[in-house]
Amino acid sequence: MAEATVARSNKIKLTPSRIVFNIISYVFIGLLALVCLLPFIMLVSGSFSSEAAIRFNGYSIFPQEFTTEAYEFIFRNPESIFRAYGVTIFITAVGTAIGLFLTTMTAYVISRKDFKYRNKISFFFYFTTLFNGGMISTYIFYIQYLHLKDSYFALILPGLFNVFYLLIMRSFVNNVPPALIESAKIDGAGEFRIFIQIVFPLLKSGLATIGLFKALGYWNDWYNAMLYMNTEAKFPLQYMLYNMLQKAQALAAIASQVGIKAEDLPSNSLKLCMAVIATGPIILLYPFVQKYFVKGVTIGSVKG
Amino acid sequence: MKKTGFLHELKKNKALFLMVAPAVLLVFVMSYLPMSGLILAFKDYKFNLGVFGSPWNGLENFRFLFQSGKGWLITRNTIFYNLLNLVTSQFLAVFVAILISEMAGKVYKKVTQSVIFLPYFISWVIVGTFVFNIFNFETGVLNNVVKFFGGEPVNVYSMPGVWPWIICIFNSWKWVGYNSIIYIAAITSIDAECYEAADIDGANVFQKIWYITMPSIKPTIITMLLLQVGRILRGDFEMFYQIVGNNGQLFDRTDVIDTYVFRSLLQNSNFGMTAAASFYQSVLCFVIIIVVNAIVKKVEEDYALF
Repeated sequence: MAEATVARSNKIKLTPSRIVFNIISYVFIGLLALVCLLPFIMLVSGSFSSEAAIRFNGYSIFPQEFTTEAYEFIFRNPESIFRAYGVTIFITAVGTAIGLFLTTMTAYVISRKDFKYRNKISFFFYFTTLFNGGMISTYIFYIQYLHLKDSYFALILPGLFNVFYLLIMRSFVNNVPPALIESAKIDGAGEFRIFIQIVFPLLKSGLATIGLFKALGYWNDWYNAMLYMNTEAKFPLQYMLYNMLQKAQALAAIASQVGIKAEDLPSNSLKLCMAVIATGPIILLYPFVQKYFVKGVTIGSVKG
Repeated sequence: MKKTGFLHELKKNKALFLMVAPAVLLVFVMSYLPMSGLILAFKDYKFNLGVFGSPWNGLENFRFLFQSGKGWLITRNTIFYNLLNLVTSQFLAVFVAILISEMAGKVYKKVTQSVIFLPYFISWVIVGTFVFNIFNFETGVLNNVVKFFGGEPVNVYSMPGVWPWIICIFNSWKWVGYNSIIYIAAITSIDAECYEAADIDGANVFQKIWYITMPSIKPTIITMLLLQVGRILRGDFEMFYQIVGNNGQLFDRTDVIDTYVFRSLLQNSNFGMTAAASFYQSVLCFVIIIVVNAIVKKVEEDYALF
């Protein structure tokens, strides 16, 4: 379909209105893309700039007085970063794997047209998007009754199952020909076996799509860590980064009030370097995984 | 009669029930059980007594919340931000989607679209870093530009009035890629013959956008608006918290229900008032989405969410 649109546009003669439109679209979209990209470039170039240069000139598009000082400093004492990376990778891997399996299995059941209670069960899930206990009751319930405080479960469980992803997955499952399931049934395969051996392998692109959405959610999560985690050794990457930035900013604010020289404070380039380290994997993987996200968003936007 | 029906069904599809059971159990424990905590809004919460053991205190919490002025303030801010963000982000997304869909240059289109989608992928923590890098007084980009042109540096962090615009811009920035994909998908599903017929009739590109594209994506726009209206009392907590932080100077203009509730959780204070705020947020959100959906269903059934 996209190809058709392009082909159509190519055929069109350059009328005055088309020229005006092209100028608007190319310039506007170009500028917008620049605005979306610039912060990242400045982040990276800042992390390779010297502290004095940032302080004196501010941030810039190209590294000033190029140096890898900040990276060397961080990796001279890498335990805490590696630990935070470890926590993040652990919760991302475990949460994505379990969550994906759970989502797919549930999607399979509620997509089975011959399952009488599928609509009731779907509504049971859907209702949570319309109404929920809110922040306070959820927090108190998790802490007082589920005892999630400072437990890795607090980082994994809240994101494990998401109704929006369930609905996307259901539309992937709907693409599996029902005849396949029927014939497996006639051959005497049990429901679970049909799901594992026949349906699951056919859902590759659905699994990739939802798996990536889930992984991204876990990777970027700091909110649950902030609410539930106390022990610094258990902090995931994003929350560790947040803590580090907060300390630096709070100190800077106090320092500027009482007139302390900023040189003695945790450095700007260090903060940027941490941000690069925390975001790096996402940016590196982005070109390869982007199409799955586009697919997921497109399917998610179609109702039903 | 109905009971035997269920038992029969259970027996027939035992495996399916077993397969759906883990998710049902998880959602029941993680989402349904915490709803019971909503009664906290009517209680004088004591941690050692728990949710159910704490004494009732009627509507006291609500009275305090609204008499302190905080209730109105955070409600007004939440609604204001949601409307502002709704209009700006959807308008921008539609605009971008139309421009990208009509573009002829394949490579340019692909590259720019990828880049515009990029902000969706980074955490709000990183966005918070960007905001600080741009607006901080000493080394911020903004003040560098101002100084370059010989102006006086400004301390944006002590100017509450500009923050609605900053938040609105960053919200649009982060979501424009995501939202425009939805509209692009809607545009590509328009029948190409409509455009061909318009070409033959001599319509120019602007006329085609106005008379073909816009009406065709109207259902998508309405669905997106509806989804957002259902969240009108929910602030995007992560965004507000990372952009504004705990900067008390800005709270009059930036505090939304979610940030207010969250702060009291961290500081363990005002539990009653925040439970009241949280309760009325949950309930009102639910009522609003039901009512709006019912109205939409009556006017134009195809546009309703459920």
